[in-house]
Amino acid sequence: MQAHSFDYVRPQTLAKAIQVLSENGNRAKVLAGGQSLIPVLKLRLANPRLLVDINDLPGLAFIEERGDRLRIGALSRHRDFERSKLIRAKYPIFSDVASVLGDPQVRNLGTIGGALAHADPASDWGTALLAFEAELIARGPNGTRTIPIDRFFKDTFTTALRSSEILTEIRVPKSAPGDGGAYLKLKRKTGDFATIGVAVQLGLDTKRNVVGARIGLAAVGSTPIRATRSEKALIGSKAGPAAFAEAAKLASEEAHPSSDLRGSEEYKRAMIEVFTRRALESATARTGR
Amino acid sequence: MATKRKKVSPKRKSIRRDNGGHTITVAVNGREYTRVVEPRVLLVDFIRDELRLTGTHVGCDTSHCGACTVLLDGHSVKSCTMLAVQADGREITTIEGLSQQGRLHPIQEAFKAHHGLQCGFCTPGVVLAALELLQVENAPSEDRIRTAISGNLCRCTGYQNIVDSVAAAGEMMRSGKG
Repeated sequence: MQAHSFDYVRPQTLAKAIQVLSENGNRAKVLAGGQSLIPVLKLRLANPRLLVDINDLPGLAFIEERGDRLRIGALSRHRDFERSKLIRAKYPIFSDVASVLGDPQVRNLGTIGGALAHADPASDWGTALLAFEAELIARGPNGTRTIPIDRFFKDTFTTALRSSEILTEIRVPKSAPGDGGAYLKLKRKTGDFATIGVAVQLGLDTKRNVVGARIGLAAVGSTPIRATRSEKALIGSKAGPAAFAEAAKLASEEAHPSSDLRGSEEYKRAMIEVFTRRALESATARTGR
Repeated sequence: MATKRKKVSPKRKSIRRDNGGHTITVAVNGREYTRVVEPRVLLVDFIRDELRLTGTHVGCDTSHCGACTVLLDGHSVKSCTMLAVQADGREITTIEGLSQQGRLHPIQEAFKAHHGLQCGFCTPGVVLAALELLQVENAPSEDRIRTAISGNLCRCTGYQNIVDSVAAAGEMMRSGKG
Protein backbone atom coordinates (compact mmCIF):
# COMPACT_ATOMS: atom_id res chain seq x y z
CA MET A 1 0.00 0.00 0.00
CA GLN A 2 1.18 3.47 -0.76
CA ALA A 3 0.15 6.81 0.64
CA HIS A 4 -0.70 9.85 -1.45
CA SER A 5 2.31 12.01 -2.26
CA PHE A 6 3.46 14.37 0.42
CA ASP A 7 6.52 16.40 1.24
CA TYR A 8 8.66 15.79 4.28
CA VAL A 9 10.73 17.99 6.57
CA ARG A 10 12.73 17.10 9.67
CA PRO A 11 13.30 20.36 11.58
CA GLN A 12 16.11 20.53 14.14
CA THR A 13 14.50 22.97 16.58
CA LEU A 14 11.05 23.24 18.14
CA ALA A 15 10.78 26.86 16.99
CA LYS A 16 11.40 25.84 13.38
CA ALA A 17 8.89 22.99 13.61
CA ILE A 18 6.21 25.33 14.95
CA GLN A 19 7.01 27.86 12.23
CA VAL A 20 6.58 25.22 9.52
CA LEU A 21 3.31 24.06 11.07
CA SER A 22 2.04 27.67 11.28
CA GLU A 23 2.82 28.25 7.61
CA ASN A 24 1.03 25.11 6.50
CA GLY A 25 -2.08 24.95 8.68
CA ASN A 26 -4.20 21.85 8.21
CA ARG A 27 -2.13 20.68 5.25
CA ALA A 28 0.66 19.58 7.60
CA LYS A 29 0.76 16.66 10.05
CA VAL A 30 3.24 16.04 12.85
CA LEU A 31 5.12 12.75 12.52
CA ALA A 32 6.38 11.33 15.80
CA GLY A 33 6.62 7.53 16.11
CA GLY A 34 4.34 7.10 13.10
CA GLN A 35 2.72 3.93 14.41
CA SER A 36 -0.77 5.39 13.95
CA LEU A 37 -0.08 8.05 11.33
CA ILE A 38 1.67 5.84 8.78
CA PRO A 39 -1.11 3.22 8.69
CA VAL A 40 -3.59 6.11 8.37
CA LEU A 41 -1.60 7.51 5.42
CA LYS A 42 -1.30 4.09 3.77
CA LEU A 43 -5.05 3.56 4.06
CA ARG A 44 -5.47 7.09 2.69
CA LEU A 45 -7.70 8.06 5.59
CA ALA A 46 -5.69 11.28 5.82
CA ASN A 47 -3.91 13.04 2.99
CA PRO A 48 -1.59 15.72 4.38
CA ARG A 49 0.63 17.62 1.95
CA LEU A 50 3.49 17.80 4.40
CA LEU A 51 4.84 15.66 7.23
CA VAL A 52 6.80 17.47 9.93
CA ASP A 53 9.04 14.83 11.49
CA ILE A 54 9.77 15.90 15.08
CA ASN A 55 12.08 13.00 15.95
CA ASP A 56 15.23 15.15 15.84
CA LEU A 57 13.87 17.81 18.21
CA PRO A 58 16.06 17.87 21.31
CA GLY A 59 14.83 17.64 24.89
CA LEU A 60 11.46 15.99 24.29
CA ALA A 61 12.26 12.48 25.55
CA PHE A 62 12.45 12.24 29.35
CA ILE A 63 10.62 10.65 32.26
CA GLU A 64 11.46 12.31 35.58
CA GLU A 65 10.09 13.66 38.83
CA ARG A 66 10.56 17.38 39.23
CA GLY A 67 8.87 19.42 41.96
CA ASP A 68 5.45 17.97 42.69
CA ARG A 69 5.01 16.45 39.25
CA LEU A 70 6.05 13.45 37.17
CA ARG A 71 7.10 15.06 33.92
CA ILE A 72 7.09 13.11 30.68
CA GLY A 73 8.52 14.33 27.40
CA ALA A 74 6.07 13.79 24.55
CA LEU A 75 8.67 11.96 22.43
CA SER A 76 9.19 9.27 25.08
CA ARG A 77 8.69 5.88 23.42
CA HIS A 78 6.38 3.27 24.90
CA ARG A 79 9.44 1.07 25.47
CA ASP A 80 10.99 3.79 27.67
CA PHE A 81 8.13 3.26 30.13
CA GLU A 82 8.59 -0.52 30.05
CA ARG A 83 12.24 -0.09 31.01
CA SER A 84 12.04 2.89 33.40
CA LYS A 85 12.86 1.95 37.02
CA LEU A 86 11.07 5.08 38.26
CA ILE A 87 7.89 4.08 36.43
CA ARG A 88 8.06 0.47 37.61
CA ALA A 89 8.62 1.49 41.23
CA LYS A 90 6.24 4.44 41.60
CA TYR A 91 3.86 4.54 38.61
CA PRO A 92 3.19 0.89 37.73
CA ILE A 93 -0.04 1.89 35.95
CA PHE A 94 2.18 3.29 33.18
CA SER A 95 4.17 0.04 33.05
CA ASP A 96 0.81 -1.68 32.57
CA VAL A 97 0.04 0.58 29.60
CA ALA A 98 3.46 0.10 28.03
CA SER A 99 3.31 -3.69 28.32
CA VAL A 100 -0.11 -4.10 26.67
CA LEU A 101 0.08 -1.39 24.00
CA GLY A 102 0.67 -2.67 20.47
CA ASP A 103 3.55 -5.11 20.27
CA PRO A 104 7.31 -4.82 20.86
CA GLN A 105 8.01 -3.31 17.43
CA VAL A 106 5.26 -0.71 17.82
CA ARG A 107 6.47 0.09 21.34
CA ASN A 108 9.99 0.68 20.04
CA LEU A 109 8.87 3.50 17.75
CA GLY A 110 5.55 4.78 19.07
CA THR A 111 5.48 7.76 21.44
CA ILE A 112 3.16 8.79 24.27
CA GLY A 113 2.65 12.21 22.68
CA GLY A 114 1.77 10.72 19.32
CA ALA A 115 -0.71 8.32 20.88
CA LEU A 116 -2.42 11.18 22.72
CA ALA A 117 -2.50 13.51 19.71
CA HIS A 118 -3.95 10.69 17.56
CA ALA A 119 -6.86 10.44 20.06
CA ASP A 120 -8.19 7.01 19.27
CA PRO A 121 -11.24 6.18 21.43
CA ALA A 122 -9.39 3.01 22.47
CA SER A 123 -6.21 4.93 23.40
CA ASP A 124 -4.45 3.12 26.23
CA TRP A 125 -2.46 6.24 27.16
CA GLY A 126 -5.46 8.56 26.95
CA THR A 127 -7.43 6.27 29.25
CA ALA A 128 -4.61 5.91 31.78
CA LEU A 129 -3.98 9.67 31.91
CA LEU A 130 -7.69 10.33 32.54
CA ALA A 131 -7.12 8.50 35.83
CA PHE A 132 -4.85 11.42 36.84
CA GLU A 133 -5.24 15.16 36.99
CA ALA A 134 -2.87 15.23 34.06
CA GLU A 135 -1.79 18.38 32.25
CA LEU A 136 -0.73 18.43 28.62
CA ILE A 137 1.74 21.10 27.59
CA ALA A 138 1.46 22.40 24.04
CA ARG A 139 3.84 24.81 22.32
CA GLY A 140 2.63 27.00 19.50
CA PRO A 141 3.49 30.27 17.76
CA ASN A 142 2.04 32.21 20.72
CA GLY A 143 3.95 30.32 23.37
CA THR A 144 3.09 27.55 25.79
CA ARG A 145 -0.38 26.41 26.81
CA THR A 146 -1.45 23.94 29.49
CA ILE A 147 -4.45 21.76 28.63
CA PRO A 148 -6.07 19.68 31.40
CA ILE A 149 -6.60 16.07 30.25
CA ASP A 150 -10.36 16.46 30.87
CA ARG A 151 -10.47 19.11 28.14
CA PHE A 152 -8.02 17.50 25.72
CA PHE A 153 -10.13 14.89 23.90
CA LYS A 154 -12.81 16.59 21.81
CA ASP A 155 -14.02 13.72 19.64
CA THR A 156 -12.73 10.64 17.83
CA PHE A 157 -9.28 11.53 16.41
CA THR A 158 -9.87 15.14 17.51
CA THR A 159 -8.09 16.97 20.32
CA ALA A 160 -7.79 20.49 21.70
CA LEU A 161 -4.44 20.88 19.90
CA ARG A 162 -4.33 23.51 17.18
CA SER A 163 -2.75 22.70 13.84
CA SER A 164 0.21 24.96 14.66
CA GLU A 165 0.81 23.41 18.08
CA ILE A 166 3.04 20.54 19.18
CA LEU A 167 2.37 18.52 22.30
CA THR A 168 5.68 18.69 24.19
CA GLU A 169 5.09 17.34 27.67
CA ILE A 170 2.69 15.49 29.95
CA ARG A 171 2.62 16.20 33.70
CA VAL A 172 0.89 14.18 36.39
CA PRO A 173 0.88 14.72 40.17
CA LYS A 174 3.79 12.99 41.85
CA SER A 175 2.95 9.68 43.46
CA ALA A 176 2.22 10.05 47.19
CA PRO A 177 2.04 7.45 49.98
CA GLY A 178 -1.26 5.58 49.73
CA ASP A 179 -1.53 6.11 45.95
CA GLY A 180 -1.90 3.14 43.62
CA GLY A 181 -3.10 2.56 40.10
CA ALA A 182 -3.61 -0.08 37.44
CA TYR A 183 -4.57 -0.32 33.78
CA LEU A 184 -6.26 -3.47 32.54
CA LYS A 185 -6.96 -4.07 28.86
CA LEU A 186 -9.11 -6.72 27.26
CA LYS A 187 -7.78 -7.54 23.80
CA ARG A 188 -8.24 -10.36 21.34
CA LYS A 189 -4.55 -10.69 20.58
CA THR A 190 -1.23 -8.89 20.96
CA GLY A 191 -1.20 -5.75 18.85
CA ASP A 192 -4.97 -5.32 18.80
CA PHE A 193 -6.80 -2.28 20.06
CA ALA A 194 -8.62 -2.61 23.36
CA THR A 195 -12.00 -4.34 23.22
CA ILE A 196 -12.38 -2.38 26.44
CA GLY A 197 -9.85 -1.00 28.92
CA VAL A 198 -10.05 0.34 32.46
CA ALA A 199 -7.59 2.61 34.26
CA VAL A 200 -7.92 3.19 38.00
CA GLN A 201 -5.93 5.51 40.24
CA LEU A 202 -6.76 5.40 43.95
CA GLY A 203 -5.59 7.22 47.04
CA LEU A 204 -6.16 5.45 50.38
CA ASP A 205 -5.62 6.77 53.87
CA THR A 206 -4.04 4.62 56.57
CA LYS A 207 -7.46 3.17 57.48
CA ARG A 208 -7.99 2.15 53.83
CA ASN A 209 -10.64 4.80 53.26
CA VAL A 210 -10.74 6.00 49.67
CA VAL A 211 -9.64 9.65 49.62
CA GLY A 212 -9.03 9.92 45.88
CA ALA A 213 -10.38 7.98 42.92
CA ARG A 214 -10.25 8.50 39.18
CA ILE A 215 -11.34 5.98 36.58
CA GLY A 216 -10.73 6.06 32.81
CA LEU A 217 -12.50 3.79 30.33
CA ALA A 218 -11.19 2.85 26.86
CA ALA A 219 -13.16 2.04 23.72
CA VAL A 220 -16.62 2.70 25.17
CA GLY A 221 -17.25 6.18 23.80
CA SER A 222 -16.18 8.57 21.05
CA THR A 223 -13.08 9.33 23.15
CA PRO A 224 -11.55 7.74 26.24
CA ILE A 225 -13.98 8.71 29.03
CA ARG A 226 -14.10 9.01 32.81
CA ALA A 227 -16.50 7.08 35.03
CA THR A 228 -17.30 10.03 37.28
CA ARG A 229 -20.31 8.53 39.08
CA SER A 230 -18.24 5.52 39.95
CA GLU A 231 -15.45 7.78 41.25
CA LYS A 232 -17.88 9.75 43.44
CA ALA A 233 -19.32 6.56 44.92
CA LEU A 234 -15.83 5.35 45.84
CA ILE A 235 -14.63 8.49 47.60
CA GLY A 236 -15.30 8.24 51.33
CA SER A 237 -15.97 4.51 51.20
CA LYS A 238 -13.82 1.76 52.66
CA ALA A 239 -11.67 -0.01 50.06
CA GLY A 240 -13.08 -3.51 49.71
CA PRO A 241 -15.39 -5.88 47.85
CA ALA A 242 -18.67 -4.08 48.62
CA ALA A 243 -17.50 -0.64 47.47
CA PHE A 244 -15.71 -2.10 44.46
CA ALA A 245 -18.73 -4.10 43.31
CA GLU A 246 -20.88 -0.98 43.45
CA ALA A 247 -18.26 1.15 41.66
CA ALA A 248 -17.81 -1.47 38.94
CA LYS A 249 -21.55 -1.60 38.33
CA LEU A 250 -21.72 2.19 38.04
CA ALA A 251 -18.78 2.24 35.61
CA SER A 252 -20.52 -0.27 33.36
CA GLU A 253 -23.60 1.97 33.35
CA GLU A 254 -21.48 4.99 32.44
CA ALA A 255 -19.87 3.21 29.48
CA HIS A 256 -21.32 3.76 26.01
CA PRO A 257 -19.95 0.84 24.01
CA SER A 258 -21.04 0.01 20.47
CA SER A 259 -21.36 -3.49 19.09
CA ASP A 260 -18.62 -4.23 16.60
CA LEU A 261 -16.28 -7.02 15.52
CA ARG A 262 -14.65 -7.01 18.96
CA GLY A 263 -17.89 -7.74 20.80
CA SER A 264 -21.49 -6.80 21.45
CA GLU A 265 -22.55 -3.82 23.49
CA GLU A 266 -23.75 -6.15 26.27
CA TYR A 267 -20.48 -8.05 26.36
CA LYS A 268 -18.38 -4.88 26.55
CA ARG A 269 -20.57 -3.47 29.31
CA ALA A 270 -20.21 -6.70 31.27
CA MET A 271 -16.45 -6.65 30.77
CA ILE A 272 -16.22 -3.03 31.96
CA GLU A 273 -17.79 -4.22 35.21
CA VAL A 274 -15.38 -7.16 35.58
CA PHE A 275 -12.28 -5.17 34.62
CA THR A 276 -13.19 -2.18 36.81
CA ARG A 277 -13.48 -4.48 39.81
CA ARG A 278 -10.17 -6.16 39.02
CA ALA A 279 -8.42 -2.83 38.38
CA LEU A 280 -9.71 -1.50 41.72
CA GLU A 281 -8.34 -4.60 43.47
CA SER A 282 -4.99 -4.31 41.72
CA ALA A 283 -4.75 -0.55 42.38
CA THR A 284 -5.55 -1.15 46.05
CA ALA A 285 -2.83 -3.80 46.35
CA ARG A 286 -0.38 -1.30 44.89
CA THR A 287 -1.22 1.40 47.45
CA GLY A 288 0.57 -0.78 49.99
CA ARG A 289 -2.26 -0.16 52.46
CA MET B 1 27.49 -6.61 12.13
CA ALA B 2 29.48 -5.38 9.13
CA THR B 3 29.33 -7.59 6.09
CA LYS B 4 31.50 -7.68 3.02
CA ARG B 5 28.87 -7.19 0.43
CA LYS B 6 29.42 -6.55 -3.22
CA LYS B 7 28.31 -3.10 -4.21
CA VAL B 8 24.75 -3.28 -5.41
CA SER B 9 24.19 -1.30 -8.53
CA PRO B 10 20.92 0.60 -8.46
CA LYS B 11 19.52 -0.77 -11.71
CA ARG B 12 15.88 -0.14 -10.97
CA LYS B 13 15.10 3.53 -10.70
CA SER B 14 11.62 3.36 -9.29
CA ILE B 15 11.85 6.81 -7.82
CA ARG B 16 12.00 9.88 -9.95
CA ARG B 17 14.04 12.85 -8.87
CA ASP B 18 11.48 15.28 -10.21
CA ASN B 19 8.83 14.03 -7.81
CA GLY B 20 9.98 15.67 -4.60
CA GLY B 21 12.81 13.21 -4.05
CA HIS B 22 14.92 13.39 -0.92
CA THR B 23 18.52 12.23 -0.78
CA ILE B 24 19.05 9.87 2.12
CA THR B 25 22.01 7.90 3.41
CA VAL B 26 21.26 4.73 5.33
CA ALA B 27 23.71 2.19 6.74
CA VAL B 28 22.28 -1.23 6.02
CA ASN B 29 24.16 -4.22 7.42
CA GLY B 30 27.23 -2.06 7.86
CA ARG B 31 27.25 -0.63 4.37
CA GLU B 32 26.22 2.90 3.51
CA TYR B 33 23.73 3.47 0.74
CA THR B 34 22.85 6.91 -0.62
CA ARG B 35 19.70 7.10 -2.68
CA VAL B 36 17.02 9.56 -3.72
CA VAL B 37 13.57 8.59 -2.47
CA GLU B 38 10.10 10.00 -2.58
CA PRO B 39 8.94 10.69 1.02
CA ARG B 40 6.02 8.26 0.78
CA VAL B 41 8.25 5.27 0.02
CA LEU B 42 8.10 2.79 2.90
CA LEU B 43 11.31 1.52 4.43
CA VAL B 44 10.44 -2.06 3.46
CA ASP B 45 9.96 -1.10 -0.19
CA PHE B 46 13.22 0.84 -0.11
CA ILE B 47 15.07 -2.19 1.29
CA ARG B 48 13.50 -4.65 -1.14
CA ASP B 49 13.05 -2.68 -4.36
CA GLU B 50 15.84 -0.13 -4.15
CA LEU B 51 18.56 -2.06 -2.33
CA ARG B 52 17.39 -5.45 -3.67
CA LEU B 53 17.66 -7.03 -0.24
CA THR B 54 14.61 -9.29 -0.48
CA GLY B 55 15.13 -11.25 2.73
CA THR B 56 12.86 -8.74 4.48
CA HIS B 57 9.33 -9.88 3.65
CA VAL B 58 6.07 -8.04 3.17
CA GLY B 59 3.33 -10.01 4.88
CA CYS B 60 0.22 -8.07 5.83
CA ASP B 61 1.47 -4.58 4.92
CA THR B 62 -0.75 -3.30 7.76
CA SER B 63 1.57 -3.46 10.80
CA HIS B 64 0.10 -6.69 12.17
CA CYS B 65 2.29 -9.61 11.15
CA GLY B 66 5.91 -8.58 11.78
CA ALA B 67 7.29 -10.30 8.65
CA CYS B 68 8.95 -6.99 7.68
CA THR B 69 10.76 -6.61 11.02
CA VAL B 70 14.26 -5.10 10.80
CA LEU B 71 16.50 -3.56 13.45
CA LEU B 72 16.74 0.24 13.52
CA ASP B 73 19.75 1.27 15.60
CA GLY B 74 19.42 -2.11 17.33
CA HIS B 75 15.68 -1.97 18.02
CA SER B 76 13.10 -4.05 16.17
CA VAL B 77 10.69 -2.06 14.03
CA LYS B 78 8.18 -2.89 11.33
CA SER B 79 9.64 -1.59 8.11
CA CYS B 80 6.15 -1.40 6.54
CA THR B 81 5.23 1.21 9.16
CA MET B 82 8.14 3.53 8.69
CA LEU B 83 9.18 5.79 5.83
CA ALA B 84 12.54 5.36 4.15
CA VAL B 85 13.25 9.08 4.69
CA GLN B 86 12.95 8.52 8.43
CA ALA B 87 15.88 6.10 8.24
CA ASP B 88 18.21 8.81 6.93
CA GLY B 89 21.37 8.74 9.04
CA ARG B 90 20.32 5.57 10.90
CA GLU B 91 21.59 2.01 10.99
CA ILE B 92 19.46 -0.85 9.72
CA THR B 93 20.08 -4.56 10.17
CA THR B 94 18.22 -6.98 7.90
CA ILE B 95 18.37 -10.78 7.84
CA GLU B 96 21.11 -10.55 5.19
CA GLY B 97 23.36 -8.88 7.78
CA LEU B 98 23.42 -11.77 10.24
CA SER B 99 25.72 -14.37 8.72
CA GLN B 100 29.42 -13.58 8.75
CA GLN B 101 31.58 -14.79 5.87
CA GLY B 102 29.19 -17.60 5.08
CA ARG B 103 28.82 -18.66 8.71
CA LEU B 104 25.30 -18.57 10.04
CA HIS B 105 24.51 -16.50 13.12
CA PRO B 106 23.81 -18.61 16.25
CA ILE B 107 20.11 -17.72 16.00
CA GLN B 108 20.02 -19.02 12.42
CA GLU B 109 21.90 -22.18 13.49
CA ALA B 110 19.45 -22.71 16.33
CA PHE B 111 16.40 -22.27 14.07
CA LYS B 112 17.90 -24.89 11.75
CA ALA B 113 18.73 -27.32 14.55
CA HIS B 114 15.43 -26.97 16.41
CA HIS B 115 13.09 -26.81 13.44
CA GLY B 116 12.12 -23.22 14.21
CA LEU B 117 10.61 -22.75 10.77
CA GLN B 118 8.50 -24.54 8.23
CA CYS B 119 7.56 -22.35 5.26
CA GLY B 120 10.07 -19.72 6.41
CA PHE B 121 8.09 -16.65 5.40
CA CYS B 122 7.93 -15.16 8.90
CA THR B 123 11.44 -16.32 9.83
CA PRO B 124 13.52 -13.23 8.92
CA GLY B 125 11.28 -11.06 11.08
CA VAL B 126 11.18 -13.51 13.95
CA VAL B 127 14.97 -13.91 13.90
CA LEU B 128 15.47 -10.14 14.11
CA ALA B 129 12.95 -9.79 16.95
CA ALA B 130 14.84 -12.57 18.75
CA LEU B 131 18.16 -10.84 18.05
CA GLU B 132 16.96 -7.67 19.75
CA LEU B 133 16.16 -9.71 22.86
CA LEU B 134 19.35 -11.80 22.88
CA GLN B 135 21.54 -8.72 22.42
CA VAL B 136 20.51 -7.55 25.89
CA GLU B 137 19.83 -10.84 27.71
CA ASN B 138 21.12 -14.19 26.58
CA ALA B 139 19.34 -16.32 29.19
CA PRO B 140 15.76 -15.11 28.79
CA SER B 141 12.84 -16.94 30.37
CA GLU B 142 10.24 -18.58 28.12
CA ASP B 143 7.91 -15.73 29.06
CA ARG B 144 10.44 -13.13 27.92
CA ILE B 145 10.97 -14.97 24.64
CA ARG B 146 7.24 -15.19 23.97
CA THR B 147 6.83 -11.46 24.70
CA ALA B 148 9.77 -10.60 22.44
CA ILE B 149 8.23 -12.43 19.47
CA SER B 150 4.64 -11.41 20.26
CA GLY B 151 4.66 -8.94 17.36
CA ASN B 152 5.46 -11.69 14.84
CA LEU B 153 2.84 -14.03 13.42
CA CYS B 154 3.75 -17.56 12.34
CA ARG B 155 1.11 -19.71 10.67
CA CYS B 156 3.14 -22.95 10.58
CA THR B 157 4.98 -23.81 13.75
CA GLY B 158 2.60 -23.08 16.60
CA TYR B 159 5.54 -21.10 18.03
CA GLN B 160 6.86 -23.84 20.33
CA ASN B 161 9.84 -24.66 18.13
CA ILE B 162 10.54 -20.96 17.66
CA VAL B 163 10.67 -20.50 21.43
CA ASP B 164 12.95 -23.55 21.73
CA SER B 165 15.19 -22.16 18.97
CA VAL B 166 15.55 -18.75 20.61
CA ALA B 167 16.36 -20.35 23.97
CA ALA B 168 18.97 -22.59 22.30
CA ALA B 169 20.45 -19.60 20.47
CA GLY B 170 20.82 -17.79 23.79
CA GLU B 171 22.65 -20.80 25.15
CA MET B 172 24.98 -20.88 22.14
CA MET B 173 25.70 -17.16 22.47
CA ARG B 174 26.29 -17.60 26.22
CA SER B 175 28.77 -20.40 25.76
CA GLY B 176 30.53 -18.50 22.99
CA LYS B 177 29.70 -21.08 20.33
CA GLY B 178 28.86 -19.78 16.92
